[in-house]
Amino acid sequence: MHELSIISALFDTLLEKAREHEAKAVTRVKLKVGKLSGVVPELLESGFDMYKKGTLAEKALLEIEVLPFSVRCRACGIESEREDFVFACPQCASTELEIVHGTELFLEKIELETD
Amino acid sequence: MRLDIKNMSRKELIVLEDLLGTNKKIAADIREALKFRNILAVNLMSSPGAGKTSLLEVLADRLKGRARMSVIEGDIETERDAERIRAKGIPAWQITTGGACHLEAKMIGKVLPNLDPAIDFLFIENVGNLVCPASYDLGEHLRCVLLSTPEGDDKPKKYPKAFTTSDCLVLTKVDLLAHLPFDMEKVKSEALDLNPKLKIFVTSAVTGEGIDDLIAYLLDSRQSFVRYA
Repeated sequence: MHELSIISALFDTLLEKAREHEAKAVTRVKLKVGKLSGVVPELLESGFDMYKKGTLAEKALLEIEVLPFSVRCRACGIESEREDFVFACPQCASTELEIVHGTELFLEKIELETD
Repeated sequence: MRLDIKNMSRKELIVLEDLLGTNKKIAADIREALKFRNILAVNLMSSPGAGKTSLLEVLADRLKGRARMSVIEGDIETERDAERIRAKGIPAWQITTGGACHLEAKMIGKVLPNLDPAIDFLFIENVGNLVCPASYDLGEHLRCVLLSTPEGDDKPKKYPKAFTTSDCLVLTKVDLLAHLPFDMEKVKSEALDLNPKLKIFVTSAVTGEGIDDLIAYLLDSRQSFVRYA
């Protein structure tokens, strides 16, 4: 349950951006979360709802895009998703792979209300 | 009557900021600072009771006269683990998180100024938890996950991140194998499925089995980055 410490870091950034742009409010927050990021989207949502009270993001809508774990094979070039996190190409079984998605944990964009 | 309609405007801002970015940056600085001193940092992760402290006690005994080590202990409460390490004559610092389920790089950063710069190894014993610590880079050069035989042979695929992000897997308490339905080959193959580069050590802190292999691996790993070898 380290989602609260992630949310605390998120709010540091949100409030800093809001100040920087002299925003009245943060209205939307979009995160990208990989399946192998180690965080649970539902827990991020509860943490967000807890943290936002009394802040500029009080009415903000949180969107979380979950990215599957996917790898590209250096041997056969095929890109595939691996729900079981097995680090091998499902086509040719090579383990010379690069991770394409799945480890992401980032704030993609926010929407601010200014006047 | 005139209605005052406030003309609000909305602005979308692309941020693309890593939510663990601050931790990663501190960790990178720690890794660099330790490397400059030729100190190899090892992050030990496991569930509570897998034998992290017992492994460190054995390493303290066996490394005596061969390499100097210090230990940072992470726990929710108490100095107990640091006291066990100090009893071996090894400098140890206890971080009590007061509830947090993992260590973060900034906590390690606070201890660094106290370290003896002449040590060879800094072992960081993470808070006992097979989930959250895996998400936090502490500036280590090697990450080791421990799995004890009583925990069961089904753990790698249930807690994949601890295994995919580690450099080595230390199977502990193998002296208990005769009493447990623990399939050693299954654990090894499932862990390697998740991480084909994982080095695996089969150990017992009680009998000393496998400890020398682990020590050889640690010494080699340090040797590979020492500037004036």
